Amino acid sequence: MPEATMIMYEEEYQQIKTILSKLRTDANAKMVFLIDKTGQQIASHGDIGNLDTTSLASLTAGNVAATDGLARLIGEKEFPVLSHEGERDNIHISVVGGRVILVVIFDERSSLGLVRLRVKRASSELNEAFERIVNKAEQEKAGLGKRNTPFTEISDDDIDRLFSDDGL
Amino acid sequence: MTFINYASREINCKIVYYGPGLGGKTTNLQYIYDTSAAQQKGKLISLATETERTLFFDFLPLELGTVRGFKARFHLYTVPGQVFYDASRKLILKGVDGVVFVADSQRERMDANLESLWNLEENLKSHGYDFTKIPYALQLNKRDLPDVLSVEELTRELVRKDEPIIEAVAPKGVGVFETLKAVAKQVLTDLRKSAGAG
Repeated sequence: MPEATMIMYEEEYQQIKTILSKLRTDANAKMVFLIDKTGQQIASHGDIGNLDTTSLASLTAGNVAATDGLARLIGEKEFPVLSHEGERDNIHISVVGGRVILVVIFDERSSLGLVRLRVKRASSELNEAFERIVNKAEQEKAGLGKRNTPFTEISDDDIDRLFSDDGL
Repeated sequence: MTFINYASREINCKIVYYGPGLGGKTTNLQYIYDTSAAQQKGKLISLATETERTLFFDFLPLELGTVRGFKARFHLYTVPGQVFYDASRKLILKGVDGVVFVADSQRERMDANLESLWNLEENLKSHGYDFTKIPYALQLNKRDLPDVLSVEELTRELVRKDEPIIEAVAPKGVGVFETLKAVAKQVLTDLRKSAGAG
């Protein structure tokens, strides 16, 4: 398989949440999201309210994927930063370390310049956090520091129950 | 790529519905959306043209319940079936955990099925996937229409491995959840295997 399962443990999750929280404050942004390139939401911070964050994650990943496709068509590796300007709210999207997508939603209380500046610093911290996640996954794969995973114990009954519970 | 989050205790998996244009991929998602309980599903997002042909993808997040204390969330995507949208199809397959091929049972659509299936194999290969190993189900859709090929004729041409084969009439829901279940089961079984091997 081309991409292994991504496993996020509590410790790394809290580190990432801290980075996002700091970015939101420093950039004076409304909301900050971290999404993987396949469209799964990893973490978020800010005043989410009724925002449909699952759809936001999926559409953002689609947007980045389509823009990457465009970049390759004209001979660019990627367009690492995308920015959308609305009447009230704006979205700043950037690819971090080639693997995850950082989304910042901001309004007139901030500015594109400030967001870009703060995103740059947060990106390097996030990149380090993901390096640690990847290293940990590799260590576990090699059998070092292996944790007990509940998934080895998934039974056929567990899977059947998942569907029968909902009458599927 | 399955995403396991121990902090929020969630397993997230991506399933892609593939197949020829007008074969019923979006209808599968629409039926699942219409008949699932409100707390199980998110919004159904359709990036479609004015004539309701899929332009980029449809997307439906669905929560099926819990496995070993983890919420099992499936992200269902369709691809645009029309031949000229190949670049978009390839993008949507990125990170896929399981594939459903929605075949059109009508005699006149057999060539379109074969072309789309070949395209699926090529696009999976381009992402580095081994088609023989990926969780996969074959749905034979539109069984209620006149001039459909027999199941034997369809499977002779379309079966690629030992995949589950489900007959379906997507607008009426026949076979829709059976198909989803067939592929989701394989995804979770794979997760168990990879956890055991890890």
